[in-house]
Amino acid sequence: MARKITYMQAINEALEQEMRRDPTVVVFGEDNVGGFGSPGELDAWGGVLGVTKGLYGKFPDQILDTPISESAFIGAAVGAAASGLRPVAELMFVDFMGVCFDQIFNQAAKLRYMFGGKAKIPMVIRTMWGAGIRAASQHSQSLYPIFTHIPGLKVAIPSNAYDAKGLMIQAIRDDDPVMFFENKVLYATEAEVPEEPYTVPFGEASFVREGDDVTIVAIGRMVHLAEQAADQLASRDISCEIVDPRTTSPLDEESIYESVEKTGRLVVADESNPRCSLASDIAALVAQNCFEWLRSPVKMVTAPHTPPPFSPVLEDLYVPSSERIAEAARDAVTGKAGKVGAR
Amino acid sequence: MITKLGMPKWGLSMTEGKVLGWLVEEGEKVDVGDGLAEVETEKINGEVEAPAPGVLRRRLATVGQVYPVGALLGVIADESDSDAEIDAFVADFQAAFVPEEAADEAAGPATQTAEVAGRRLRYLVHGEGDGVPAVLLHGFGGDLNNWLFNHEALSGTRPVYALDLLGHGQSSKDVGDGAATLAQSLVGFLDALGVEQAHLAGHSMGGALASKVVSEHPDRVASLTLIASAGLGSDVNREYIDGFVAADRRRAMKPVLELLFADPSLVSRQLVDDVLRYKRLDGVDQALRTLAAQMFPEGRQPIVFTDTLEAASVPILVIWGERDQVMPVAHARSLSSGFTVEILEACGHSPHMERAGDVNRLITQFWERA
Repeated sequence: MARKITYMQAINEALEQEMRRDPTVVVFGEDNVGGFGSPGELDAWGGVLGVTKGLYGKFPDQILDTPISESAFIGAAVGAAASGLRPVAELMFVDFMGVCFDQIFNQAAKLRYMFGGKAKIPMVIRTMWGAGIRAASQHSQSLYPIFTHIPGLKVAIPSNAYDAKGLMIQAIRDDDPVMFFENKVLYATEAEVPEEPYTVPFGEASFVREGDDVTIVAIGRMVHLAEQAADQLASRDISCEIVDPRTTSPLDEESIYESVEKTGRLVVADESNPRCSLASDIAALVAQNCFEWLRSPVKMVTAPHTPPPFSPVLEDLYVPSSERIAEAARDAVTGKAGKVGAR
Repeated sequence: MITKLGMPKWGLSMTEGKVLGWLVEEGEKVDVGDGLAEVETEKINGEVEAPAPGVLRRRLATVGQVYPVGALLGVIADESDSDAEIDAFVADFQAAFVPEEAADEAAGPATQTAEVAGRRLRYLVHGEGDGVPAVLLHGFGGDLNNWLFNHEALSGTRPVYALDLLGHGQSSKDVGDGAATLAQSLVGFLDALGVEQAHLAGHSMGGALASKVVSEHPDRVASLTLIASAGLGSDVNREYIDGFVAADRRRAMKPVLELLFADPSLVSRQLVDDVLRYKRLDGVDQALRTLAAQMFPEGRQPIVFTDTLEAASVPILVIWGERDQVMPVAHARSLSSGFTVEILEACGHSPHMERAGDVNRLITQFWERA
């Protein structure tokens, strides 16, 4: 039986294997070693939740701690990538993007285009996203739609340990800047993961489950909730097909259309806020390209248009639940119209 | 004698199967290997075969229902066994049956690894009788799971090993000089296990490798079974070989894999995904390109063993699907009368999957004779 490891171990293993394969792969960010200047045996922490733990002992010349200045070290990553390294920088929480956004969207994303294809920016920004750990508004957002919107950036959002390792290796080997979104609630989830290095290509969705009655396109953590929803609906004889895009830029539109052609119904489960979200984007694409196949209105299940609340009770209501996804899928099948997305 | 008809375990990852339909009525006579029910798994559909001769006295599984591996699907017994005895058998079984937990990896047989000339070979063994051991060799791009319908069925009286060839599955991806290194690693594998002589059964490229072992070390081979084998003629479908090597996405891979079967609906999305997962491992692309360039360049096979095998004293059984779209069945038809050739109808390049019952029966009988 194949080996099982966690989502967090899978990312760590991808970093380790790529750092070993290619000495130009460098990893840095706040506390990635374990505190500035700490020797190998003291690198107990390895990032705020321990994703880079142990790397300093193995590659002391390829990993470093940075000052608490995202504008400086994300900018340094862009420069390092432009001049021959393959940096993997950690923006601890994506909520901190504001102080380094110019470096990402106006520099990293633009340079290949501005230099007529002669410059490449092979950098990865690892970042945590999502609610669910009682970390309040400034550490809980799902801001991937903003990066998906920017041409020149690629956006990977793994939902499981297998994809996390393969997408990370692909991201490091890719010659374009990649935003790599790690969901903190998924860090402890396990999957079968090969010990050898491998890639998962960008722009190929995964069919998590095959079904006939309704397509659920789910992103990141929502994939797991969509599976629970599908289990709930199986007992009512509703068969759900679950499609996980894995990367939102590039987006595998064809796989989504292929599934909608079969089922004629679509639910999009997306933890981001509803306006200009992945849910609204995918709903629009399907409305535009699959109108003749649709047998009921597209349903979107998202967070409400509010910041993530700190109150645990409200936070639990904020994140889309498997029950809400199931309700939307059932309504799509029974043809019930109405608003099931943002409450 | 009362015999249980259980949900089989096809491959390492199978935990449950859905009964699609019964192929035999209650009260009908059945023989070992007869297909009794059709079962769907995550990866592939197959037929549950009768484990013993007798009468199908009970059909317990409901069509459309999912059952765990090992669950009681039906009962085979003699006509002389009373209904009361059968009811007691069923009641006893159901009272004692505990389905294997999906997560309980210790329950099934686990793969092992052997170190051969600095390279790792993964293998799985079934059976432990004192018969001459056998080794199953998959084809180009395959792995030991390709024998999921055969491995256990063949292991009644002997240990049967299925391995991942170098460059494949979870074995080392370094194929060295290609075919020569792969054939050497097979002899090294027998050495590592302390096996003096073995029955070799190879599918497609695995057949050519087994033939190479016969040509170089005939004393190590008790018999040779060649299933839709490479190395028996000069043609091969370039569309398959080049397509398999080039395909990096689901849409490109699916039509290629459909060439493996007479019935293309056997290619599930899961099968395509599993092959792509393998192809995306570091080193696999290079391994496949090395082997393809050497053994199947431009739709030809430069390495042919027909003359060598004809002269060899090792017993040889050749099995082929009549509708093979990868290796032409003409290769089997043009073999001399010195070869035992079985051509199966309604069957493509994968007889061991599409006609598993017949292939298992042919090989079992062949091994017993050899």
